[in-house]
Order: sequence, then C-alpha cells, then structure tokens
Amino acid sequence: MEHLELFFKSIFVDNMVFAVFLGMCSYLAVSKKVATAVGLGAAVIFVLAITVPLNWLLDQYLLQPGALSWLGDEFVDYDLSFLSFIMFIATIATMVQLVEIVVEKFSPSLYNSLGIFLPLIAVNCAILGGSLFMQAREIETLSLAFNYGVSSGIGWFLAILAIAAIREKIRYSNVPAPLRGLGITFIITGLMGIGFLSFGGMLTGGDEEGGKPATETALENIKIETEKAKELAENTKTID
Amino acid sequence: MGLLSKKDAKLITDPLADNNPITIQVLGICSALAITAELKASLVMGIAVLFVLGIGNVVISLMRNIIPSKIRIIVQLIVVASLVIIVDQVLKAFAYELSKTLAVFVGLIITNCIIMGRFEAFALGNGPWKSFLDGIGNAAGYAVILLIVGFFRELLGSGTLFGIPVLGDPIEKTGVYSIGYENNGFMLMPPMALIVVGLIIWVQRSRNKALIED
Repeated sequence: MEHLELFFKSIFVDNMVFAVFLGMCSYLAVSKKVATAVGLGAAVIFVLAITVPLNWLLDQYLLQPGALSWLGDEFVDYDLSFLSFIMFIATIATMVQLVEIVVEKFSPSLYNSLGIFLPLIAVNCAILGGSLFMQAREIETLSLAFNYGVSSGIGWFLAILAIAAIREKIRYSNVPAPLRGLGITFIITGLMGIGFLSFGGMLTGGDEEGGKPATETALENIKIETEKAKELAENTKTID
Repeated sequence: MGLLSKKDAKLITDPLADNNPITIQVLGICSALAITAELKASLVMGIAVLFVLGIGNVVISLMRNIIPSKIRIIVQLIVVASLVIIVDQVLKAFAYELSKTLAVFVGLIITNCIIMGRFEAFALGNGPWKSFLDGIGNAAGYAVILLIVGFFRELLGSGTLFGIPVLGDPIEKTGVYSIGYENNGFMLMPPMALIVVGLIIWVQRSRNKALIED
C-alpha cells in the first residue's frame, strides 16, 4: 500500500515537471518530436531507477548524521551531509558513463535508441533532483527509493510525451508570431501544470486538509520546521 | 567605459536582453521557476548563480588546457559542485530560513544548464578575464528574469515586495483593498511562473522581431 501510494504520488501529485520544474531544459529542447521525446523519457526512467537507490545507500551509510556508526563508535558523531551534492553528482556522472558503456556492449539496438541522450542526462536536473528530493523526503527503505526513482521517471516521461504530442499538433495552429515556439510551449506547460494540480486530492479523497497542492503544504512544513528550529535555538541559548 | 573595451562590454550587456539565457538560449529554467514566488528568494538565487558562474567560468578557463576532453563533464561537475557547497553552507550559516525556503534548489544550481552551457560554449575556449565577464553577464541576465517573475508573482499573489506590504492590509481593508481589490493566490502556484515567463517572452519578441521563431 505504501508502495502504491508513493508510486501514484510521484507520478501525478509531485510530478517532476509540473510541480517542481525539474529537467525543464531538456524538456523544452527535446520535445519537438514524439519519437525523440520517447527516447529521452525512457533514458530518464532508466537512469533514475539506478541512481536514486544508489544515492540512497550513500546517504544512509555515509552522509547522514551518524551514518558512519557501522565503522565503530568513534565515528558516531560525524555528519558528512554537506558532501551530499558532490557525492550525488559524482555517482550520477560515473553511473551514466558506466551505463553507456554496458548498454553499448550488450544491446546495440537499445544503445542506438538511448545512446545520444545518455550524456545529456548527466546534467539533467531531474536526475540530481530525484536524489536530492529522495534525501529531503527521508524515504525509508531501499525498495521505496527504487520505487521513487522509477515512478518519478515515469511522471517525467508522461510530461514530455504529452508536450511533444501537443507541439506536433500546434504547428498547424495560428499562434501569434512572437509567441511561436518557446513562448507558447511555456504557456501550455503552465496550463498543463494547472491541470495536474487537480490530482492533489487524489490520495486523500479530496478532504480540505490534504487537498492542498504539494508545494503549499511543503511551504507550510518548511515554516513549521523553521519555527521549531528557532525554538530549539532559543532553548539552547537559555540553557547556556 | 574606460575600464572595458567595447567588445568586453558587449559580453556583459548581450545576455541581459537579446541573448538572454532564459528567454532566448532556453537554459537554466530548471531551478529558476520554483523559487520565484517571493522576490527575496529570487534575489538570493540570482546572487548565488552570479557567484557560482563568475568563479566557475574563471576556474574552468584557467584549467581549459589541462582538462582531458573525455572527462571534462565530470571535471566541470566537480568544480560547480564545490562552489555550490560553499554557497549552501554560507546560506545555512547566515540565512537559515531562506535556505529552508530554497531547499533542494540550491543543490540544483549544479545541474543548472546555464552553468554547464557557458562552461562548454565559452570558458573552454576563452581566457579567464573574458570568461569572467561572460559569466557575470549571463548570470545577471538570469537574475533579471528571476527578479521580474518574482516581482509580479509576489506583488499580485500576496500584495507584498520583499515581504513588505505595499498594497495595504488585506484583513483591515486599507490601501487598494478598500476599493475591493483581492490578492490572486493563484500567482503563488508553480504553474503561474511558467505562464509569466511565457508572457515575458511574448513581450520581448514583439519588441524585437528578429527573435521570432518560425
């Protein structure tokens, strides 16, 4: 049940493109034709499915405060979380290279369809974003992390497929000249995003509390957290 | 300009308008839109990118002859990631609340396409001083769009600028609220950022017909 919930939540409610704007660059650049969009989308799912669980392991056993306790008692106080950016991006870059080599060796046909997109993916924000959100949302188990990687990949795939199909059709419409190309794509993506907001109530049955869009609740959580942190800081001051 | 030659000055001014990284080159949209609901966050994001791109461009430009071209992407990523860690730690130390608002989007500066794009397109082929100017110019072009979007979203969405109410008090009905004006909460939703950028592109291309795509 937990898996199912995370799966639908990552695809629809917290869609990478419409809710948090990840991978927008390649989303805009590679969405002119459906065929190429499918190729890139598939590559994103593939790489996310590999890197998110890997980075989860890194986070659990290296980076989190106290994660080094398996090395012995003297390492319990270490907090390496400030290194997470560089560790995550290094994992992603090396994994992308590795995947490219392996795929080229064992499946030339898959390599031909994914090939040109793989190097692009190392610098796709959706991939690093997947790992960073996995860390921020404190996903609990390895299988959930894998699930999160795959389902957010599918969400991204859906988004680029939809916009590519729309852009193929929009060529026959009479768009005002200055809006042609980039401008209208931005506005359509915005409208699709508004559409995706309606998935917000999907997992809560639409009751008022949970029906709020993901970002709004996220902002509230952040507010609550900062308040807590403030209180904590004040308390420690008084103790001093 | 006595300090800069005409060509150097062009490196800075071009990205501000006719070669803007966001609206023309379509780079760096990823981390830009999600944080523009408040002007303050937009400003900080702009400054962070200015710092990372200015210094990163110089570093890559200095190393451009010793980086093997096969692993240059990884080298570039490591340089950016180190700079971003500095930004992140500084924000956490001196502006903790703001760093909570920006959350993972500070980390996403690493994969901000503007940075990789400028490294690839400019810093790998030009000297440090020129690369520095190019970095500053492009980051400023990025910041300008962020500030415009942030200005409209915060003003229309919550009636404030930098958190200071400028349109009056919505609860006590002062200022423009006394004549029935209401905040448009929709402007704070993520999709509206895209629509505002779309409108900016519309305005820019109507004024400069040479930019129109066919």
